[in-house]
Amino acid sequence: MKLYEKANTLSERVVKVDPQADERVPEGIYRRCPRCQTVFAAAQMDQYQTCPQCEYGFRLAAAARLAWLVDTAEPFDQDLQTKDPLAFPGYPTKVAQAQARTGLNDAVWTGQATIADTTFYLAIMDPTFIMGSLGTITGEKLTRLIERATAQRQPVVIYTASGGARMQEGIHSLMQMQKVAGALAQHHAAGLLSIVVLTDPTTGGVTASFAMEADLTLAEPRSLVGFAGRRVIEQTTHEQIAHDLQQAENVLRHGFIDQIVPRAEQRTVLVQLLKMGGRQDDANNDSC
Amino acid sequence: MTQTMTAAEVVKAARSDQKVTGPELINGLVTDFFELHGDRLGSDDPAIIGGIGRFHGQPLTVIATNRGATPEEKMATHFGCPSPGGYRKARRLMEQAAHFHRPVLCLVNTPGAYPGQTAEENGQGAAIAQNLLTLSQLPVPVLTVIFGEGGSGGALALAGGDEVWMLAHSTYSILSPEGFASILWKDSRKADQAAELMQLTPTALKQAGMIEGIIPEPRDHQKVIAAIDKVIAPRLQALQQLTVPALLAKRQQRYRKF
Ligand SMILES: [Zn+2]
Repeated sequence: MKLYEKANTLSERVVKVDPQADERVPEGIYRRCPRCQTVFAAAQMDQYQTCPQCEYGFRLAAAARLAWLVDTAEPFDQDLQTKDPLAFPGYPTKVAQAQARTGLNDAVWTGQATIADTTFYLAIMDPTFIMGSLGTITGEKLTRLIERATAQRQPVVIYTASGGARMQEGIHSLMQMQKVAGALAQHHAAGLLSIVVLTDPTTGGVTASFAMEADLTLAEPRSLVGFAGRRVIEQTTHEQIAHDLQQAENVLRHGFIDQIVPRAEQRTVLVQLLKMGGRQDDANNDSC
Repeated sequence: MTQTMTAAEVVKAARSDQKVTGPELINGLVTDFFELHGDRLGSDDPAIIGGIGRFHGQPLTVIATNRGATPEEKMATHFGCPSPGGYRKARRLMEQAAHFHRPVLCLVNTPGAYPGQTAEENGQGAAIAQNLLTLSQLPVPVLTVIFGEGGSGGALALAGGDEVWMLAHSTYSILSPEGFASILWKDSRKADQAAELMQLTPTALKQAGMIEGIIPEPRDHQKVIAAIDKVIAPRLQALQQLTVPALLAKRQQRYRKF
């Protein structure tokens, strides 16, 4: 699994092609959509931070997503701290900076949430926390969330956003893939519903584990969803790959996504699926 | 011997052309091997060889990565990098093994899952992900031997079972040391330094509690096969003594502790 490489995203490539583009688009006043290249006034963007032209959802910190997604949210496991298993130079500082910036202890927010009186267990990965990479604590928080959901017979909703494995934790990061998968398998075996919402970007080890293991798989418009990094593919195959290869709409065409759901519709869709998608003998389906 | 090798030397030895191959291991460990092709979804990836055979007289399912011997085979197997169809073939054979109550032996030497346009379109991530789910609940013993490179999720998809053993000259890592150095330090020439840091050698992995143990690896392939046999025969027997709930609880615990 390759770490999601920043320089390979559509947005970064555009910036590379035209290094002055950012300067001509003053941050805070105008925004440029990395997908359709439309430049628009930042004030035109609604609370969902989506492109008014193509509905691409700009990358959101977990706190920003939580603000419009749910009505109530009670966080879990906010005190767990990574042990820096490889004693990787500079890593503790990098983690501390990400913690200060995001208010999270690691790359995922987890907790119990409600939308319009529907209760569920929720995880939101934060792409601004070391690229949303899958560290030991990221995996531990997800695992504990899913285990609690199984014990409480509750559905889980997971928003993915990740560059893949947390390189600084090496093999310990890889093991999180199987740890979270184990918890999801038990949740599934208990007859409980899981929903994943793929957001920009979902790649590498996260795509190769819990992003592709839920009962229902949704995605945000024009989000990047893939396994290998674009540059790795091009270097390996010596072929230029299609620009939309790893765009959610193309991944849906190949059969790996149930539906693309814009942010403005997600509250309604989640409530509908949480009520309708699981077993009808479970309490949540007719909670009011 | 291993104790005196640097991590970079272990990486080099793990990639050596002189290593025992997947087909050699199958033929050496298993009698009456009968290959089973295909994922039943439209493909048959030669980078994964699977089938049934007898191990000490008892039927078992064996799944091995294959890097190919000839240039044509190497191209067809992408130098031992499985495609989604390979992982789905493996999954089909695992489920079949569970249905007929026989243990599964996985033999792994892969740089990783193949990164290609077709592999992406066919759901490389999803194929690996589904194997992880299947492995966590498969009601028969699953034992893996890494005999060369254990490359990332592409290896984990065949190593998420009850026990993982490694040959002395093998590695298991999140990505190659070159890739690690290039991503974290923007300098792939620091690969040797990365190898030291990554805990990818059998010794470092055993110390970190990632694997059950290390199998000695003499130069002679027949001796390597004998060494593997000597280790896994009693382990498979021990795992088969467990009830299914005990087996699955133990397996869950193996990964839960990480
Ligand atoms: Zn747009």
